[in-house]
Amino acid sequence: MSNASMEALQPSLQPQPGAPDNWKRFFTFSTDHKVIGIQYIVTAFVFFLFAGLLAMVMRGELLTPEADLVDRTVYNGLFTMHGTLMLFMWTFPMLNGLANYLVPLMIGARDMAFPRLNAAAFWLVPVFGVILTASFFVPGGPSQSGWWAYPPVSLQNPTGNLINGQSLWILAVALSGISSIMGAVNIVTTIFRMRAPGMGWFKMPVFCWTVLAAQLIQLFGLPALTAGAVMLLFDLTVGTSFFNPELGGDPVLYQHFFWFYSHPAVYVIILPIFGVFSEIFPVYARKPLFGYPVVAVSSLVITGLSGIVWVHHMFASGTPGWMRMLFMFTTMTISIPTGIKVFAWVATVWGGKIRLNTPMLFALGGLIMWVFAGITGIMLASAPFDIHVNNTYFVVGHFHYVIYGAVVMGFYAAIYHWFPKMTGRMYYEGLGKLHFVLTFIGANLNFFPMHPAGLMGMPRRVASYDPEFAFWNVLASLGGFLLGVSTIPFLLNMLSSWARGPEAGDNPWRAIGLEWLVSSPPPHENFDEIPVVVSRPYGYGSDEPLIANASEKE
Amino acid sequence: MSTTNVDQSLEVATVHAGEHEEEDNRMFGFIVFLLSESVIFLSFFVGYIVYKQTSAEWYPAGFEGLEIREPLINTIVLVSSSFVIYFAERFLHKENLWGFRIFWLLTMAMGSFFLFGQAVEWMHLPFGFKDGLFGGTFYLLTGFHGLHVLTGVLLQGVMLGRSFIPNNYAGGEYGVNATSIFWHFVDVIWIILFILIYVWK
Repeated sequence: MSNASMEALQPSLQPQPGAPDNWKRFFTFSTDHKVIGIQYIVTAFVFFLFAGLLAMVMRGELLTPEADLVDRTVYNGLFTMHGTLMLFMWTFPMLNGLANYLVPLMIGARDMAFPRLNAAAFWLVPVFGVILTASFFVPGGPSQSGWWAYPPVSLQNPTGNLINGQSLWILAVALSGISSIMGAVNIVTTIFRMRAPGMGWFKMPVFCWTVLAAQLIQLFGLPALTAGAVMLLFDLTVGTSFFNPELGGDPVLYQHFFWFYSHPAVYVIILPIFGVFSEIFPVYARKPLFGYPVVAVSSLVITGLSGIVWVHHMFASGTPGWMRMLFMFTTMTISIPTGIKVFAWVATVWGGKIRLNTPMLFALGGLIMWVFAGITGIMLASAPFDIHVNNTYFVVGHFHYVIYGAVVMGFYAAIYHWFPKMTGRMYYEGLGKLHFVLTFIGANLNFFPMHPAGLMGMPRRVASYDPEFAFWNVLASLGGFLLGVSTIPFLLNMLSSWARGPEAGDNPWRAIGLEWLVSSPPPHENFDEIPVVVSRPYGYGSDEPLIANASEKE
Repeated sequence: MSTTNVDQSLEVATVHAGEHEEEDNRMFGFIVFLLSESVIFLSFFVGYIVYKQTSAEWYPAGFEGLEIREPLINTIVLVSSSFVIYFAERFLHKENLWGFRIFWLLTMAMGSFFLFGQAVEWMHLPFGFKDGLFGGTFYLLTGFHGLHVLTGVLLQGVMLGRSFIPNNYAGGEYGVNATSIFWHFVDVIWIILFILIYVWK
């Protein structure tokens, strides 16, 4: 950014009256989307570390075939809380944090459409986080029915207390749903109505497309889970018979409610990561995103298809043959728009002047793991194979490649890429690369051995297992501990760089995008003057400016 | 007019444009929210249909089926109130504040009549929430809908109160429009619910 436009922004760089301008603002009820974004990200990361610790206790247990470290009941609570926390306290809040921070900047808006609703949605997150973790301290411990909470298992209440691990679980999930709907209404309204002048749909960055696609799933999928959760709560506390087979209820209906949302939920978290990849590859390969309009629209195609695939989680639930065939087919179709994206990224990177900075390394690593997850995903979409490996470690390995391999690596890529923008400071590249190497090796060592173990028949959710699976489990546990260790250089890097890292400047990556035109960190209300967008994003190597009258173009 | 005045009036115009923009955003967001909420109702409807089609015993033992006469009256009142609220809004647009208040109050009365009718029906039914799948889904659906009617009536009360604050009715228009859309939404849901529960034997 030129000096002249820097000066023009100076007045708005002043702290707003009444708002502290230091780290303390992250502990206030701020309505600034950037503060809320960072609040989400940091809160999510704290829970990520906690849920990761639970995972390491599990991997410690699985080092030996016997259940010697924790007993089976504790183990059930561990995997239930690990899954629930990772999904509801890490991936969704993390996604909301990224979307909150980036979307208004990327579309040229001063804030979200409803700033106060935005803050309220965020402050529900620590509340339901505390409710979930509190379940460790109630009689009977946390829920032990897995993150699916399938009845009739989830309807068992041996302690007889109204407040038990399972009812706290349902309460937290319902609150998480309310927060997500509030967030989704806000983000969808912001994207539809607050884009800068000139930013037509096909001039919007792909990240915003993917966030929009993801939030539409939240809006139209999440209520089904809420309905199921309400009915489950009544069954558990009042004694109704919706899902209780002993009273004539139908537990499989719960599975339909649950998966109608919870399968699309994986796209809620993976789609914005596709957006992150689409933002990062052009910058570090210095090339325009290949096939931009197709990549943009394919996100909405995935959203549409996501609503008709849920039964593939229920191939082994007594589902009739015709339904298996139908959902096998729809599930496999998802690979088409997804494949389009993968090919577009490969074509973007192909022949580019690649810079292997930490964000690019994480994006490439995430892409590799995502392709592997996609292949095992197609295998699992095939009903005969799925029934064979149903409830084995093969499934666990598959979704950890999706969720750790693609989503967590993608989040790391995003944090490194936008860290200079968020803090105004640069991270230490050496520590970043060390973090990447440890994470990539740790993740593959942790999650790859789950596939052979699963194919050999090792069931999931068990604290003890047949000694024939011991080799693969030792490997996986070592990988798990390595993943735990890998967060140390990351935390060191982030904390020390944020405090005293070198000044990053406004656009350290020489990237093209509205968020890079403002100072780092961006001033309150982002833009002194709302920019007028004249060309498509990702114009690397093109002479066309991104915005009208831009005093300087990267 | 001096330059300052021109500037000032421009500023006023911009502020007003901004306010309209914001109201439009709020309306857009509210409609998005209602679309999302309709999926909760849809899920309950699906549950009702699945249970009715698959369960071995639908009605609790000794129960023949629901009376349709009183609920029908209730339905007519609720559906008519959607027209009444429309006229109330029209009066507000024509800045006829008393016309608005009278028709608005009438809507509230009709909504309250519906709630009262439903409460009377609930008290006389021979089965409870825990009595089988029919009892469960019946109270779940009518209760969840009733909660929405109650919310609607309370919102209407707030809007009515706000109309007595001097010079406030123009600023209160977003609230009035949103409440009215909510009321139509509650109405449409009831029609589907009525057909499912009372008409479909």
